[in-house]
Amino acid sequence: MEWANQLCENRQFGSKMTDSKYFTTTKKGEIFELKAELNSDKKEKKKEAVKKVIASMTVGKDVSALFPDVVNCMQTDNLELKKLVYLYLMNYAKSQPDMAIMAVNTFVKDCEDANPLIRALAVRTMGCIRVDKITEYLCEPLRKCLKDEDPYVRKTAAVCVAKLHDINAQLVEDQGFLDTLKDLISDSNPMVVANAVAALSEIAESHPNSNLLDLNPQSINKLLTALNECTEWGQIFILDCLANYTPRDDRESQSICERVTPRLSHANSAVVLSAVKVLMKFMEMLPKDLDYYSTLLKKLAPPLVTLLSAEPELQYVALRNINLIVQKRPEILKHEMKVFFVKYNDPIYVKLEKLDIMIRLASQANIAQVLAELKEYATEVDVDFVRKAVRAIGRCAIKVEQSAERCVSTLLDLIQTKVNYVVQEAIVVIKDIFRKYPNKYESVIATLCENLDSLDEPEARAAMIWIVGEYAERIDNADELLESFLEGFHDESTQVQLQLLTAIVKLFLKKPTETQELVQQVLSLATQDSDNPDLRDRGYIYWRLLSTDPVAAKEVVLAEKPLISEETDLIEPTLLEELICHIGTLASVYHKPPSAFVEGSRGVMHKRLPARTGSGESTESPDAGTAAGGSAPEAAPSIIPSQGDLLGDLLNLDMAPPTTSGPPPPTTGMQMGGMDLLGGGLDSLLGGDIGGSPAMGAGFGAAPAVMPASLNAPVGGGLGDLFDLGGVGMPMGAYIPPKIVWLPAMKAKGLEISGTFARRAGVIQMELILTNKAMSVMTDFAIQFNRNSFGLAPAGPLQVLTPLGPNQTIEVSLPLSTVGPVMKMDPLNNLQVAVKNNIDVFYFSCQYPISMLFVEDGKMERQVFLATWKDIPNDNESQFQIKDCHLNSDAASSKLQGSNIFTIAKRTVDGQDMLYMSIKLSNGIWVLAELRVQAGNPNYTMTTIRRSGSSLKMLTLFPCAACTLTSLCCCCMDLMLSQYNT
Amino acid sequence: MSASAVFVLDLKGKVLICRNYKGDVDMAEIDHFLPLLMTQEEEGLTCPIMSHGNVHFLWIKHTNLYLVATTNKNSNASLVYAFLYKVVEVFTEYFTELEEESIQDNFVVVYELLDELMDFGFPQTTDSKILQEYITQEGTKLEVAKTKVPTTVTNAVSWRSEGIKYKKNEVFIDVIESINLLVNANGSVMSSDIVGTVKLKTMLSGMPELRLGLNDRALFALTGRDKGKTVTMEDVKFHQCVRLSRFESDRTISFIPPDGESELMSYRINTHVKPLIWIESVIEKFSHSRVEIMVKAKGQFKKQSVANNVEVRVPVPSDADSPKFKTSTGHAKYVPEKNLAVWTIKSFPVSGKEFLMRASFGLPSVENDEMEGKPPITVNFEIPYFTVSGIQVRYMKIIEKSGYQALPWVRYITQSGDYQLRSNF
Repeated sequence: MEWANQLCENRQFGSKMTDSKYFTTTKKGEIFELKAELNSDKKEKKKEAVKKVIASMTVGKDVSALFPDVVNCMQTDNLELKKLVYLYLMNYAKSQPDMAIMAVNTFVKDCEDANPLIRALAVRTMGCIRVDKITEYLCEPLRKCLKDEDPYVRKTAAVCVAKLHDINAQLVEDQGFLDTLKDLISDSNPMVVANAVAALSEIAESHPNSNLLDLNPQSINKLLTALNECTEWGQIFILDCLANYTPRDDRESQSICERVTPRLSHANSAVVLSAVKVLMKFMEMLPKDLDYYSTLLKKLAPPLVTLLSAEPELQYVALRNINLIVQKRPEILKHEMKVFFVKYNDPIYVKLEKLDIMIRLASQANIAQVLAELKEYATEVDVDFVRKAVRAIGRCAIKVEQSAERCVSTLLDLIQTKVNYVVQEAIVVIKDIFRKYPNKYESVIATLCENLDSLDEPEARAAMIWIVGEYAERIDNADELLESFLEGFHDESTQVQLQLLTAIVKLFLKKPTETQELVQQVLSLATQDSDNPDLRDRGYIYWRLLSTDPVAAKEVVLAEKPLISEETDLIEPTLLEELICHIGTLASVYHKPPSAFVEGSRGVMHKRLPARTGSGESTESPDAGTAAGGSAPEAAPSIIPSQGDLLGDLLNLDMAPPTTSGPPPPTTGMQMGGMDLLGGGLDSLLGGDIGGSPAMGAGFGAAPAVMPASLNAPVGGGLGDLFDLGGVGMPMGAYIPPKIVWLPAMKAKGLEISGTFARRAGVIQMELILTNKAMSVMTDFAIQFNRNSFGLAPAGPLQVLTPLGPNQTIEVSLPLSTVGPVMKMDPLNNLQVAVKNNIDVFYFSCQYPISMLFVEDGKMERQVFLATWKDIPNDNESQFQIKDCHLNSDAASSKLQGSNIFTIAKRTVDGQDMLYMSIKLSNGIWVLAELRVQAGNPNYTMTTIRRSGSSLKMLTLFPCAACTLTSLCCCCMDLMLSQYNT
Repeated sequence: MSASAVFVLDLKGKVLICRNYKGDVDMAEIDHFLPLLMTQEEEGLTCPIMSHGNVHFLWIKHTNLYLVATTNKNSNASLVYAFLYKVVEVFTEYFTELEEESIQDNFVVVYELLDELMDFGFPQTTDSKILQEYITQEGTKLEVAKTKVPTTVTNAVSWRSEGIKYKKNEVFIDVIESINLLVNANGSVMSSDIVGTVKLKTMLSGMPELRLGLNDRALFALTGRDKGKTVTMEDVKFHQCVRLSRFESDRTISFIPPDGESELMSYRINTHVKPLIWIESVIEKFSHSRVEIMVKAKGQFKKQSVANNVEVRVPVPSDADSPKFKTSTGHAKYVPEKNLAVWTIKSFPVSGKEFLMRASFGLPSVENDEMEGKPPITVNFEIPYFTVSGIQVRYMKIIEKSGYQALPWVRYITQSGDYQLRSNF
């Protein structure tokens, strides 16, 4: 084989040689040969040898053994050779840290070379050698390069600071490089400015709380000037950095927007998207009646549309972002439906996204065209695309009422094609159409029933069964149809089993005489032969219900269902706001906050859109948005703002200003003390212990729907009884404190309000009892909250539809959202409420149990929990005792689970049970807790720690003093304020 | 912020060359790329972003290569894709073709370029003309003394070097309009637009200041003068060299051009003009025996223009055989590998003329089980000396401090873009 190598050598003198020859030598002893060549005296031979080494490295061979020989070639005046050696160094320095020190001298020397290319090359490579030992040697050369006369060297040095920071942050801070970097923002060269901004942004990302970028109107101005002059990439760095700034007022916001708008005409799509991000964010601050606001809206549409002519991957990013923009500001693209029509040669990922946006933009004006398109798509061959198109037709029907009929007939046409997956999708969406427009399109049921046999997907089967059950009285052979499903009951998926159970119960209630056998059969299948707890529970509920009180059963099972809403898959508003701040990034593509997919981002704050303000008013800084904001304006917390303001932004009702002037007195007397929290409420929580009432029917009568999720505590108790399980093992519903009087009649011109808070099926409810103790009729009720610590706000109007006569009482349940404006309250869980009726506006404050805010997905992954637990500093820890609690650890755990306090792990040490638990608050804050239970000792020790975001410094959890009873429940904990910034 | 590392892979997922920019993602993660992609392809649901654990792959495909960027941060995805496409552009200008062989043949230059294009995940100089001034393929000839950083790299004018000289100063302007059209099976136009580009070939000495004047309606509205036909441009995109804030304030297109060929601007116009070439088709499928295709092509424009190299591409079933064609002009052929019948007409008068093509294919008696898509009929054509939108270059002012006289040459051309007519077959 020697000759082959020889041949190779010889060929080098040919003129038409390429680098590929370096890949050809593969034989034993190669390393040895290379070593000899590297140490050759001939320059040319040396270089060839280094090239061979790099070639081997490229194909993945380990040539680290040659480290000293290659480094020896470093001192050369041949630039190409030097670059190759540097490349080698970057690759292997980490594996040979001791030898890497050999290279330091050359770096130092090269950083002083006369040629700026070499100086820059040295400083660039230096930072890529991630060996801690040598970093300190590099500080001096770096310092010089940061002040180099050549901008090419300075811009490279700027990036090197970020590299060094990544290896040794402390060193960079100690050496004052951060300040030098900040100075570079004022550099005369735009490229240097851009790289300095990029480096600082990168560093700031790992230091969320540092005020590194220190954006102020002066520095913003510098950035905006550099924006006009630097390269396209530099423009992106600057725009992305600008997006983190919060202007002081609407005027500043407008002037920045004006200077950013020209970027929308840049040929680079990424520049355009970053500009869109800045504009979408700052627009939030502009008053909507401003002319400029509508000008800006108009300017955004054309560039967004043009992005759809970019390369498909960029189109995809653009479409994912347009999806967000359309949800946030539908007006921008409402006339651009046509550009989202799918082309045959679009890649599948573009097709699916376009379809999504088409549905969002569908309106009465364009529905005919949209439907024609969707029908076209539904006959294509790409299964996923076709399915989505069929689903889209259903969504159109639900969204645009006028089109419903046409949609249904289109769906029927599609069912006639008998293409299996088309039929199944169509049936699923027709079920939704029935839910939206009851008693309108039931004539198509016959057609649907014809396709019963072809359904093999659980969702489609479940939908069909639902339809049969719901309209059992109109389908002559409903019992036969359902019976046919029953044969393979145990092979069906849970979804289908549950649906079948309900459908047969419905059928029985509608046609009791013929179907008694059938219902018994299904109940026994569900309760006796099934291991699925959901199915069993539902089976027992129906069973008990039917046997106790058939009339009540009918009321419950056949109750009128609420209509389904139009937009089903809207992104939750806080998340949407956060994603708008991340336009163009992975987060905007995934539609997930960065914290959901970036490791170690627990310290990273959630970005929020700035608040709309008038000139001169101070605004909250964006990081204050997440929770009780650290830097939020310190309004005196317990005093309700002046009447005018409150009316202005709260009720917005056209009524004369109230005659009483000045703020109403704080209603401290009515706040709930710790004692009150307990009262009789424990009884309801511990229903299992005191024995559930056997009159289940009555309990059910009040429940609004049959879904198990809405079952509350008393039912839980009843079931415990039913299962003969005692009080053990059954998850209880969330704890609900008893109702107390919040607003006495004498303070509110005869209106008495008492109430409580409950969390049902993931929704926080404010449950109110309004009593009219005055002589006249009360009407026109409305409710509004002041800003509060967790952003609680009514999710809908107060539903008091009928006038409230004298001595009448009405119970109202008001669903609450947690996306309202946030302001720190004292105590933290204080809520200030304004209720208005035809007589006056009344104010009161109340406190909600913090457990209302514990969300259902608060169960942390074990691994994450473990890592987090270790990670959190001791300062965040607080410990307390819970006295006289006689539950064992399992019972305690299951009780707490009812309130969304999840046990992640349990450990027993020395007869002491340690439960590790996690809680997630509605604003994304995690609390981890350890509960120690010693057998026989009624006193528990609880340690809680917070996985802190910046805003959580002031929160601490500790038990309310009064809580010493057997009921270990979430009311034991109360969120209180400790010193700020400890 | 953007990429942690960039890889070039062959179609089998083998790494041809890579560059680790940040060191925060294990380079071995790339081994997961191809398996992930294969899974997606099997499901028929590919996506340009894939993730494995906390590593995200952003990828594009070019000829027989995958270019993949990895990251574990919330990177700017649009920047990464724009960068990857830029890498393709730069490599293509360096090696004419970017493919497996050219990467291997030039790996030293590729490494040098990767080093210069991006630093620590931040894209740097990506203008290939400027890069060519200091990263040359003739590496061996390069000695230190000769290599300097071109000031252009860090100048505000980062796209043009100083000291360019031409004997004859000229600039060639090509205005090219592509027509995108989507027509429904029942013959109604679903959407149509024009995407125009203005391309320059600049052969000018020194640092000339150029100003381009178009019959832009917004400009005329601004200046109050309205002479003749004007055109409304929906959206305009400019090359880095154009002063965007100037355009924003008074619609002036002023710039110092890059040397040689470049794309100065592009624009988009929504039109409701009649499609220049209208296609009617009747496709009848007689199962188990044959397919009959009748296509009528009609020029629909008043002007006495001629469309060149017209190609009407009609989809046929994949199991068709024994083609027979009859055309009233041009010729037709069957391209079985693409399942197309292609009808070519070298020269097609756009004004009111109609031509016919008939084709018939045999079908096998055993039917193909697989569902076939319904690809649209597509049309390619080119009409010289003419723009559909009526856009015109009114003037091109060239000012250089040496005061030379330079001549602008303008050429117009209209061509088909995405020109699709859905058939009802």
